[in-house]
Amino acid sequence: MIEVQRVSKVFHTEKGQRVLAVNDIQLEIDHQEFVCLVGPSGSGKSTLLRLMEGLIEPTEGQVRVLGEPVRGPRSDAAMVFQEYSLMPWRTVLDNVTFGLELRQVKRAEQKKQAMALLQRFGLQDFSQCLPYELSGGMKQRAAIARALAVSPKILYMDEPFGALDAYTRYQMQQDLIDYWVADKRTIVFVTHSVEEAVFLATRVILMSPHPGEIVADYAIDLPYPRNRWCDKFGAHFKEILQRLDEVSRQ
Amino acid sequence: MNKQFKWTKWMTPVILPVFFLIIWQLAAVKMDNRMVLPTVSAVLSILAEPTAELVSIGSLIRNTWISLLRVALGYLTAAMIAIPLGVFIGYSKRLDRLVMPFLSLFRPIAPLAWVPLVLAWFGVSSLATMMGIRGGQYYSLLHNIKLSMIFIIFIGAFFPILTNSIYGVKNVKQTLVDSAKTLGATRREIMMKVLLPGALPSMVTGLRVGLGVAWMCLVSAEMLPGSLAGIGYLITHAYTLARTDIVIAGMICIGLVGGLMDFLFCKIEDRWFRWQKLEK
Repeated sequence: MIEVQRVSKVFHTEKGQRVLAVNDIQLEIDHQEFVCLVGPSGSGKSTLLRLMEGLIEPTEGQVRVLGEPVRGPRSDAAMVFQEYSLMPWRTVLDNVTFGLELRQVKRAEQKKQAMALLQRFGLQDFSQCLPYELSGGMKQRAAIARALAVSPKILYMDEPFGALDAYTRYQMQQDLIDYWVADKRTIVFVTHSVEEAVFLATRVILMSPHPGEIVADYAIDLPYPRNRWCDKFGAHFKEILQRLDEVSRQ
Repeated sequence: MNKQFKWTKWMTPVILPVFFLIIWQLAAVKMDNRMVLPTVSAVLSILAEPTAELVSIGSLIRNTWISLLRVALGYLTAAMIAIPLGVFIGYSKRLDRLVMPFLSLFRPIAPLAWVPLVLAWFGVSSLATMMGIRGGQYYSLLHNIKLSMIFIIFIGAFFPILTNSIYGVKNVKQTLVDSAKTLGATRREIMMKVLLPGALPSMVTGLRVGLGVAWMCLVSAEMLPGSLAGIGYLITHAYTLARTDIVIAGMICIGLVGGLMDFLFCKIEDRWFRWQKLEK
């Protein structure tokens, strides 16, 4: 479904230095996979995600989605960001309908679809609120609802729960997994938490920093819903964490 | 308890003005020279009859009205140019590099410094001369609105509106732009649905500050030759006649009108842009 073919990305800092953010990435992601990109900061996971989404262009190589080269954001992919990305001047409902509005969907239909999603994420009573009235977790739920409103085949998530407290985070992970199990689509999820990755993903990709490269690729064949205290979970967790430790120490 | 609280809330803003008036009155009585400092009552008696004819230059109301009209014209022209320009400069780094170094040279120049040039360019020509009107019911009104005054007011209002519009557009969070992009927004849609609404509160602030500066430029503009009406003219003319009481009454008018305009803008900001203050 997503093919990353020998992709490198060079950024130029303000002082004119060249920084190799990701180097020669080769990656294939299948339909309905839930892939987590894990790695220490500077390993280029967010950059890789943005390259796949088409927010930035690779310096070398190319990304193909469904066989077509990516040139800019695709209408069948959506993204959730770590920072709160709701438009602060729009109500929660109008934020969720934003993508549908851009697709010229009729207003009544927009509302119907958005309300169904808000219902799904427990936000139906907050549809007329402005984002500042919501808690951090609710904002991210709304942001996920907004991304899902355009019925994307691929959902990119860039540390979406990174700013949340531990309890809310668990809750959100559970809700996301429930959603994914019920309605499977391809998800690429960036996190620096190995635990989060093992809890969510069917496959964990480990990246190393300076330059960002893929160092390992783990299949997590545990059934959903997963629990964090079973031995198999622990084994995966330990294996990946050990490797992550080695990678960060280099 | 509650009632008392409300009472102090209402009282607090009044304390300093009342204190000020008392000091003023005491000083005026002690000095006993109405050219240097007229009494409060002398000034109040002028303000109490705003429609009365003052030293052959019209009433307070008429002069204020003409001043407002001048400010409105200069200010609206400035807003109509500064807002779109600011949006484009905020949007395009290249335009920023092209235009801003040049415009920054003009910003520190006080509007009053333009007076000699402005007089050389526009002289005493007014909207009436520009529109070719030589008589009729609107003549005296249009003839009172000199191009030179409008230009001075325009210069004053232009930069606050421009810089705040640029700042507003530049300060829209990149995440908002990115998320709109990922949802399929075109450049035009990003402009109309993300950058403009995101920059709006800052633009309104610019409009508020710009209106304040425009109103301040008024007196300088109305000191220009050819001015025969307006609050600024009233003040300078009353000064030459040594009518300090009228000077102060005119100053109070300027303060009241300016304060009221600012208050209205603050209300607008509170009413429509609540999200900006509370968003973190």
